[in-house]
Amino acid sequence: MREFFHRKLERSAIGFVLAIIGVSAIGGFVEIAPLFTIGETVEKAPDMRVYTPLELAGRNIYIREGCYACHSQMIRTLRDEVERYGPYSLAVESKYDHPMLWGSKRTGPDIARLGGKYSDAWHVAHLINPRDVVPQSVMPRYGWLMRSELKTEDLGRHLKAQRAVGVPYTDAAGRNRHLRLRDVELGHHPGPDVAHLQ
Amino acid sequence: MIAALTIAERQRAIAISAVLALCGFAMTIAGSDTLFAVHGAIVLLFSLGCIGLVMSQYFAPEPSDERLTRYYDDPTRVGIVLSLGWAVVGMFFGVWVAALLAWPDLTFDAAWASFGRLRPVHTSGVIFGFGGNALIATSFHVLQRTTRARLPDQFSPWFVLIGYNLFCVLAASGYLMGVTQSKEYAEPEWYADIWLVVVWVVYFLIYIRTLQRRKEPHIYVANWYYMAFILVVAVLHIVNNLAVPISFGEAKSYSLFSGVQDAMTQWWYGHNAVAFFLTSGFLGMMYYYLPKRAGRPIFSYRLSIISFWGITFMYMWAGSHHLHYTALPQWVQTLGMTFSVVLLVPSWASAGNALATLNGAWGKVRDDATLRFMMVAAVFYGLSTFEGSFMAIRAVNSLSHYTDWTVGHVHAGALGWVAMITFGSLYALVPWMWKVERMYSPKLIEVHFWLALAGTVIYVFAMWNSGIIQGLMWRTYNDSGTLAYSFIDSLVAMHPYYIARTVGGLLFLLGAIVASYNVWMTIRMSRSQPEAEAGDADLPVLQGAALQAGE
Repeated sequence: MREFFHRKLERSAIGFVLAIIGVSAIGGFVEIAPLFTIGETVEKAPDMRVYTPLELAGRNIYIREGCYACHSQMIRTLRDEVERYGPYSLAVESKYDHPMLWGSKRTGPDIARLGGKYSDAWHVAHLINPRDVVPQSVMPRYGWLMRSELKTEDLGRHLKAQRAVGVPYTDAAGRNRHLRLRDVELGHHPGPDVAHLQ
Repeated sequence: MIAALTIAERQRAIAISAVLALCGFAMTIAGSDTLFAVHGAIVLLFSLGCIGLVMSQYFAPEPSDERLTRYYDDPTRVGIVLSLGWAVVGMFFGVWVAALLAWPDLTFDAAWASFGRLRPVHTSGVIFGFGGNALIATSFHVLQRTTRARLPDQFSPWFVLIGYNLFCVLAASGYLMGVTQSKEYAEPEWYADIWLVVVWVVYFLIYIRTLQRRKEPHIYVANWYYMAFILVVAVLHIVNNLAVPISFGEAKSYSLFSGVQDAMTQWWYGHNAVAFFLTSGFLGMMYYYLPKRAGRPIFSYRLSIISFWGITFMYMWAGSHHLHYTALPQWVQTLGMTFSVVLLVPSWASAGNALATLNGAWGKVRDDATLRFMMVAAVFYGLSTFEGSFMAIRAVNSLSHYTDWTVGHVHAGALGWVAMITFGSLYALVPWMWKVERMYSPKLIEVHFWLALAGTVIYVFAMWNSGIIQGLMWRTYNDSGTLAYSFIDSLVAMHPYYIARTVGGLLFLLGAIVASYNVWMTIRMSRSQPEAEAGDADLPVLQGAALQAGE
């Protein structure tokens, strides 16, 4: 009887390594590579804009604190989600998100369309102690954000790195950054680290 | 330990540590007053500690060539201890974050102590700290026994083990300070990621070098799985962590991919971290320790071939089931769902193979808690892979996604399968490694078994309940056609289950503490008794000692 093919493979360490790499590479390649080449993967939306530097700084706080562990930013194409949270999320909406923050768990609600729903004062109070405004909430208190300084002098390097990964920031945006930041500095906000909510 | 190294190996250890210390110093300088500098200081202290450790016994006499006739197990011993240490730390953080969801103010008014920073310490602590160290420790042991070859040198296994733990320390300390990419299960920043790649390449080289020196013609099944674990994790890790740092003196980076491509890459990574870290690696463990402990050969060699290549091929397609109904194109979702469902075949082939191996040894399963750990692990492996395939079906996923059901599913796998097979394997391995007849207390293994099983069942049932209730409440309409419950209604309904989950986790943590105590006492026991001759059956030159493919 002819020797079983696999018995031969088992005798070659290098052959086995190559076989594992080859067999395992197929799935990811077929699913991921076309997402970069098929045009309709991401819708065209001419009015999509990049984050302002201040928004980016706020988003980085969201990243730093691991908010995605409890909040999603991806409304699925299901009736109840659309009625609860708003129009379902499009791919184009996160095309400047490095990384995306779609999330995988809703211990708290989806917040993709939370912007503008509550007043700034509500958000500040809610961050200081969520249970002051929503008694049953289990969200952590973020009162200590009031005491931590928002670093802004490195925003230029942030924008440069963003540009390196493909976000179309122009040099004008860099100048605009100072404008925006000065706006914030003049505004009446309780603490630097919650400034992105203003 | 140090005395077992040759002078050349001690020098190499000092030289590499010195280079690492220099890197740490450079990071401290480049980082000036940032968190990057803090991590530089940690690297610096860590490597100075390593240098100190080697120096303390630098002038000990060199080992004789007799060492080459024995397997090299020192790194395995240290790996076991590190693994248990991380288990207790990681599970402690797990119980803490579980408690925070029931009682959110059970923490300090400080940045490091908020849920979002503690949670990754739990996930990385148990997956990478506990699981990873156990995989490294057991893989060195299994590799040598199944090839009847000694590890190629005595320095590189230490580099892998200690270097890997440096990565774990950088990860955990980073989260607490707010250094994270917020990519689930790939949170560490760019410099820690690069370091892990270096460690991983050396790990792979140890494997391939030992395999090349093997005295057995065939490579045993356990090694197929360990190799798949090492290779594929490397690919996943590198691709998913591609990023551009804002400068080489700062921790922050921006991932190369964005939006939908990033989501797909992330869950291709995330799901296959489950597949190749938490499944393949631990299947390698199972394929060695379960038949050894049961004293029976693997039930079917062909079944292990089918399940191995099935898992290696199909898991890589399954990641997109994490993104059903999202902005990911439908065709990718459908591919992910299809392969996830078919994955049940190789998964159950493995689980069935394990259980059928126990046929004829059920008396041992009844009497021996160590073997029972492994049996229950195989059962939970079967259950959670069935559940996983089921949850990947789009219609089911519409209910389960974003809810605690996912958390329950993960823990059925992590507690029921990964932790149980690890504890079973460690209980089998520890007496061999410390050359004693048995563990310090078989009774405590029994206690641990029931704590672990009760903890897992309570946890998983609590999360099934809360997850399904949550999912149903979110989609319930009242008679007038509007949503019946607000989000906060569903949160209030979760409260009792969050308490139950905390209790389940606490029981599991207690079990891990019992295990650590038992292992510690076994080590002490080994020190007080004269060098046993248990090592005889364990020499590389001995014929027929290794488990073989097809056996």
